[in-house]
Amino acid sequence: MTTTHQDPSTSASVSGQARPETISVKNLRFYYGDTLALKTISLPLYTNEVTAFIGPSGCGKSTLLRVLNRMYDLYPGQRAEGEVIFEGRNILNKNEDLNLLRSRIGMVFQKPTPFPMTIYDNIAFGIRLYENLSKAELDERIESALMKAALWNEVKDKLNANGLSLSGGQQQRLCIARSVAIGPEVILFDEPCSALDPISTAKIEELIDELKSDYTIAIVTHNMQQAARVSEYTAFMYLGELVEFGQTAQMFTSPQDQRTQDYITGRFG
Amino acid sequence: MSTFTPPRFYNSRKRTNFMAMAACYGATLFGLTWLVLILMTLVVNGLPGISLALFTEMTPPPNAQGGGLANAIVGSLMLTVMGVGIGAPIGLLAGTYMAEYGRHSQLTSVIRFINDILLSAPSIIIGLFVYGAVVVPMGKFSGYAGALALAVIVIPVVVRTTEDMLLLVPNPLREAASALGLPRSLVIRRVAYRAARAGLMTGLLLAIARVSGETAPLLFTVLNNQFWNVDMATSVANLPVTINNFINNPDPNWKQLAWAGALLITFTVLSLNIIARVVGSARNEK
Repeated sequence: MTTTHQDPSTSASVSGQARPETISVKNLRFYYGDTLALKTISLPLYTNEVTAFIGPSGCGKSTLLRVLNRMYDLYPGQRAEGEVIFEGRNILNKNEDLNLLRSRIGMVFQKPTPFPMTIYDNIAFGIRLYENLSKAELDERIESALMKAALWNEVKDKLNANGLSLSGGQQQRLCIARSVAIGPEVILFDEPCSALDPISTAKIEELIDELKSDYTIAIVTHNMQQAARVSEYTAFMYLGELVEFGQTAQMFTSPQDQRTQDYITGRFG
Repeated sequence: MSTFTPPRFYNSRKRTNFMAMAACYGATLFGLTWLVLILMTLVVNGLPGISLALFTEMTPPPNAQGGGLANAIVGSLMLTVMGVGIGAPIGLLAGTYMAEYGRHSQLTSVIRFINDILLSAPSIIIGLFVYGAVVVPMGKFSGYAGALALAVIVIPVVVRTTEDMLLLVPNPLREAASALGLPRSLVIRRVAYRAARAGLMTGLLLAIARVSGETAPLLFTVLNNQFWNVDMATSVANLPVTINNFINNPDPNWKQLAWAGALLITFTVLSLNIIARVVGSARNEK
């Protein structure tokens, strides 16, 4: 299929310098059983930048995100080919330690998913898996995670309340705090605001903007304004192909591909 | 303003509705009548036999006065605890396999099908099975054989509720736990079990309720014992078989004890069911 697919390296050079890549996706193909869902995708996730994946439903953007922490491995019949380079190795390798990988690449889901336990334990749970901390160190870590997730002031007096007692937006920030607490390198957001009201959405977006100074972020979103607001780089996907990848500002003002233009001007999708 | 006249079929629809409603209420009333009659008979006949002695004294010899069901109550408790103690962990593990590890496997469908058969198998068949498999080779009736028979009844109940309750745990919760780097076993034990806790407890209570009144499997396995005995390697007394023996005897004292025992079991099972309901409904509370 002929496309005006930009080479990621050339689009990166638009900014005038080669940026460090935390994750490099190279020639990724993904199958659900016999169905090819991602058709040879290559793109970088630049360090300490937010990359948005946009495109109509079924284009493969969530699939792509779920390859990056090998979430698809939970389900039989799903497999990926190609390379996803992270910390110098291809994480698609069979012998990759998935639990360790997922502690390095966190994920926040569409619907808030607090565990049925206290706010404190929701965060302590993940930390205890990897580190043996004293009570004081643990308390400190939990406070700093909640601070980073901009939730501390709202919950500092009720850390022993059930995580499910929080509002939707608070729950989502709790999930972000939970990911942040175990010290990942990358955080993947899978439509993190689609179940939230506009005020909660604004808070999450603000938070993503702050988090990028410490983490490399990828976000799947249906909302193009959101992509424009929070991301530095955008990948437009359509029918399992990466149609265009580039700097967000540039893509939203002068898209290279007709399909990108049609999508961002609301002609379809 | 014109008056609205409903279409011709409207009245006939109303009539049909009324008749269907009447039939529903009638059927409910019919079913409830027997339940109430049974409970009333039990209370009327059993209540006079309820006394402190019921819980403290042994089953009396025939044609004697007084006595209680202490040995049968303790025996039943031991059998139930041991039966559930054997059956519940097996059921929990099997149900966990089906819901968590083998969700997409053919084996799970087969297990589920066979489990459903076991769930509705007449308990006397299970009693006969354990009689043939344990009692005959051992050469004697024993509490262990009875507990084993009860365990066979417990297993399918717990398998079913465990699988159902774990399937109700939303998948994103498992994904979220996995996304933190939790190994599968911890995702299940620390997150899925916790989310399904109320449902799992309900299943356990229902299993206890189910076996605490079973008579048939005990007839062929523990039989009964007139005396105080806590040695599970031999026949121990138990409520269901005691009731069965006493109610079929002309001795009025035995008859009275049988009614009291029946009331006791019914009340216990009813309480367990109510607790299970309350615990189960707590699941939806935040």
